[in-house]
Amino acid sequence: MTDSGPLSTTPLHALHISLGARMVPFAGYDMPVQYPAGVLKEHLHTRAKAGLFDVSHMGQVLVTAATGAVADAALALEKLVPVDILGLKEGRQRYGFFTDDNGGILDDLMITNRGDHLLVVVNAACKDADVAHMKTHLTGCTVTLLKDRALIALQGPAAEAVLASLAPEVAAMKFMDVRDVTLVGVACIVSRSGYSGEDGYEISVPSDKAEELAKALLAHDDCEAIGLGARDSLRLEAGLCLYGNDIDTTTSPIEASLEWAIQKARRTGGEREGGFPGAERILSELANKTSRRRVGLKPEGKAPVRAHAKLFADAEGQREIGEVTSGTFGPSVEGPVAMGYVPSELAVPGQQVFAEVRGKYLPLTVSSLPFITPTYKR
Amino acid sequence: MLKFTAEHEWLKLDGDVATVGITQHAADQLGDLVFVELPEVGSTFAKNGEAATVESVKAASDVYCPLDGEIVEINEAITSDPSLVNSDPQGAGWFFKLKLSNVADANDLLDEAAYKELVG
Repeated sequence: MTDSGPLSTTPLHALHISLGARMVPFAGYDMPVQYPAGVLKEHLHTRAKAGLFDVSHMGQVLVTAATGAVADAALALEKLVPVDILGLKEGRQRYGFFTDDNGGILDDLMITNRGDHLLVVVNAACKDADVAHMKTHLTGCTVTLLKDRALIALQGPAAEAVLASLAPEVAAMKFMDVRDVTLVGVACIVSRSGYSGEDGYEISVPSDKAEELAKALLAHDDCEAIGLGARDSLRLEAGLCLYGNDIDTTTSPIEASLEWAIQKARRTGGEREGGFPGAERILSELANKTSRRRVGLKPEGKAPVRAHAKLFADAEGQREIGEVTSGTFGPSVEGPVAMGYVPSELAVPGQQVFAEVRGKYLPLTVSSLPFITPTYKR
Repeated sequence: MLKFTAEHEWLKLDGDVATVGITQHAADQLGDLVFVELPEVGSTFAKNGEAATVESVKAASDVYCPLDGEIVEINEAITSDPSLVNSDPQGAGWFFKLKLSNVADANDLLDEAAYKELVG
């Protein structure tokens, strides 16, 4: 990624401008960081009602096996991702990550079984590298980055009512279900998932109908457009990782406390044990623990502790133990929230550590994640 | 006498003491504030020293000392309720009172018309 060159735009760019968004460069795209309401109110609105997010910058990728069997695409993708993809049923979605030979994380992604192929959603900043990675390694598969679709997230307790006003059948979907749904007269792919800790949906829609769909959703009294600023504070309160901040090639999935995403079938003794990049390290860490862990950190005072603040075991800044990877003020928590890496012996809820902020050492408490109670519709 | 800086602070002069805050324009640009850290009474700053910190959900920003001087009073109301800075930045949302080392330095700051031209 470089910051130079012209920015790309999403199919909702004109709508963002018309809504008065403040636009910023993000992963090569000109994206709305906030609307006139501002990050704080947008965050609270999403937790109270429903927020609409343009996430069209993310990569939507089809993986299709030459044999036509989704099982073959699943087995191929399992060579890059330490997740049970073969066991993923049609119409279901699962979280995963591409690992490298050192056991680090190349990107995180969502994987859906679409019946005769897989649909993979990857981060904007990584999508070109991810597609190249898949094209190189997924032998016997076709890998296609979709260029003509937008992605709209609808999040919050009123998301079901808002989307059901256009298509009542979405109310019956459960967390991580994926369905074909006709919205504003066009075939869309709807998943019941998101990145806010709230119930909600992500909607893949053809680009030429994206603005019409967004306007139809925003026409609902409970639905407002929400920018990337609130998307970040929402996901952090929900304890969800941001690739590039909380996870990257220097962090293993086990250090990142993401072992819940590695199902039994891929672990030692499982039916398809290992067989992904970095398996030796990752399976060893599952058995033997790691020297450091990603944890929630709750600053004890009112001052936000931001990403890259150094962490210490003591209030005098003598023993450096790690770094904050994400930190902000959590509007729903009504206080600062953070996460970062600490030595495993300190990765215990209630443990006090200290962060250096403007020359002072501020106390934080290691906390279980998430900071809010998610409202996923299981 | 009301004066402004290009760093979006305002000063209201009363003898050799200036009440200092951030402008409406600055408050609008920063968005809803969630944290304010003020200097200690008795501390001294040179012009453009980092005297206070304000934070929105998204980011931390410095508030600079507009002139050389000593902090003689701080507005604790904005540390307990940072939203006062957004709702009334040039009134109840003031930051601190600064005893100026040299009152004549204030003459070099912007007047209201010049500041308004600066922020458009």
